[in-house]
Amino acid sequence: MTHWLVLPILLPAMLAALLVLVARYHLTIQRVFSVAGSLMLLGLALGLFWQASDGTVSLYQLGNWSAPFGIVLVADRLSTLMVLLTCVLALPVLLYAIGSGWDERGQHFHPLFQFQLMGIIGAFLTGDIFNLFVFFEVLLIASYGLMIHAGGPKRLRAGTQYVLYNLLGSTLFLFALGLLYAETGTLNMADLAVRVSTLDTANSAGIRVAAVLLLMVFAVKAAILPLHFWLPASYSEAPAPVAALFAIMTKVGAYCIIRVFTLVFPPDLEITQGLFDLWLIPAALLTVALGMLGVLGAKSVDRLVAFSVIGSMGMLLAAVAVFTPTGVTAALYYAIHSTFAAAALFLLVDVIRSRRGAAGVSFDVAPPIVGGALVAGMFFVAAIGMTGLPPLSGFIGKLLILDAATASDLMWWIWGTILIGSLVAVVGFARAGSVVFWKAHQPVDTATEETAEPEPDPEPTSVLPMVSIGGLLALLVALTVGAGPVTRVLSETSTQLFNPEAYIAVVLTTPGKEVKDHHGDDHSGDHSADSHGDDGAHDAEAVAPAATKKDH
Amino acid sequence: MELLVATAIGTLTAAGIYMILRLRTFPVIIGTSLLSYAVNVFLFASGRLALNAPPVLRDGVEVYTDPLPQALVLTAIVISFGMTAVIVMIAVGSYLSSDDDLVNDPDADADQTREGAA
Repeated sequence: MTHWLVLPILLPAMLAALLVLVARYHLTIQRVFSVAGSLMLLGLALGLFWQASDGTVSLYQLGNWSAPFGIVLVADRLSTLMVLLTCVLALPVLLYAIGSGWDERGQHFHPLFQFQLMGIIGAFLTGDIFNLFVFFEVLLIASYGLMIHAGGPKRLRAGTQYVLYNLLGSTLFLFALGLLYAETGTLNMADLAVRVSTLDTANSAGIRVAAVLLLMVFAVKAAILPLHFWLPASYSEAPAPVAALFAIMTKVGAYCIIRVFTLVFPPDLEITQGLFDLWLIPAALLTVALGMLGVLGAKSVDRLVAFSVIGSMGMLLAAVAVFTPTGVTAALYYAIHSTFAAAALFLLVDVIRSRRGAAGVSFDVAPPIVGGALVAGMFFVAAIGMTGLPPLSGFIGKLLILDAATASDLMWWIWGTILIGSLVAVVGFARAGSVVFWKAHQPVDTATEETAEPEPDPEPTSVLPMVSIGGLLALLVALTVGAGPVTRVLSETSTQLFNPEAYIAVVLTTPGKEVKDHHGDDHSGDHSADSHGDDGAHDAEAVAPAATKKDH
Repeated sequence: MELLVATAIGTLTAAGIYMILRLRTFPVIIGTSLLSYAVNVFLFASGRLALNAPPVLRDGVEVYTDPLPQALVLTAIVISFGMTAVIVMIAVGSYLSSDDDLVNDPDADADQTREGAA
């Protein structure tokens, strides 16, 4: 067993601790280490992606305990794809944070950033659903710190709301996990898949409640309609690089829905029939409608972008909820696209805010911004991407979603909502762009030039922020140009998801550490004492003897 | 025993939800704490309730209680304790910087965030 699989989690964890302990007051050292760490992480993610690209499912047993008892990390196509997406996103966001000076405006930006990466990557890689909860908490607690980075009353207020909402989400998650464990006696996802499929369908109230609760928890993360309230305020008040990184956090929710509801509760499972047709598709479509109306009704650019994220999550989940391989392929393509588009937009909002002086990102009339042509051009490109107009990848993603929707009974609803929603989004973005960039007040130009000059930081002239936004937009273009190969990889990914036998076999049949048989009574005491030497939560899970599983 | 545990979980959850719907941060934080107590007891009960049974292997014992939920509860307690500490600090920061401890946004143009508190 090689240790490559655990490195993408260990590297940011160690790096973050090192940054706090050693380089606490040395911003330059923090920056160098953070960028170097992110580059190494990208390399690791590429390696893992390459390793999984031939369809192998690799397994890492923490503490060498075999699967249902120990915690495992599993890297299949989907996990490695999402890890790669995270690492590709992290680098331009980090460069932007450095270039725009956001990391100077409060302490511990870089350690928190690394902890956030650790949580996100861990959530993608873990094969144990309680461990998924733990990684959720890791990424959340880092995001709390990042969310209120640089402080300010409005940001702290939005941060309070964000933390409270997620605390409730975590509580729900624990209730769901308790129910799952009570019904099946296991928390390993592959083992869950096996046990859930053998459950008595006549007596399935508990497991169905657990499935719905899990769906709700992931819907909170993915900001699906009745549970989206935390998103607009948090994303628009969060520091720009943080909001851009948060673009991947909603995808963590989408990933968990895809993972759990293809592996543990597959679409043809009898006890969870109707969950998606009846609930998830309408919720996703309402999310699209609400997001796009929010785009139209927003009074500032930051909120507009936040609502467009909600709308794009709705589209993504509509494609997921069809639950066919083509649907998941479309959803994954759209997920990659919307992550980059949303991140680019959040960073652009910050550029606009720092250059527009007192008017900020509101739709008030303000003097033209410094270097407006470049910013306006970038906003134009990002908006085309986000609203899904040709020629960028949003258009291809939307076509794939519409194509996948033909398999659903609700096809016309999906088509109607997505097409009308896109039109509304185009109107909303066109309004924002024209107010901010075209209707800029020319006559007062020379008069306000002097007064506006000292207001923005000297940073706007720096190249790095523009390069990182340009990099994100280039990724969008690359995703468009390479749509053929990308969709081929993604459709292989969803084929693997809908045939989870290999995943389950790898997780459950790989032998772990040899456990001494305690045939003599003297040895049993030794055994429990031994395992206490291992680290915290694992040993208790590992000690959980087969005997306790049998009574279920 | 079952009745006692079930009533305790129900009462704690009901009280927690009531407190969460309040407008000020302090009761809301108390509410999240109550909910996390409720979920801890619930997790504990997910391994079935067994009286006077050891969770680890011992000589001459036939009946065991499930040790895994105890490990889960331990993890959950640690995490919820940490999270409560974080939310208290952020709420205090929010109170000190804006001079009120409402969960809602005071300004009217942020209607959408109103419900975010609930």
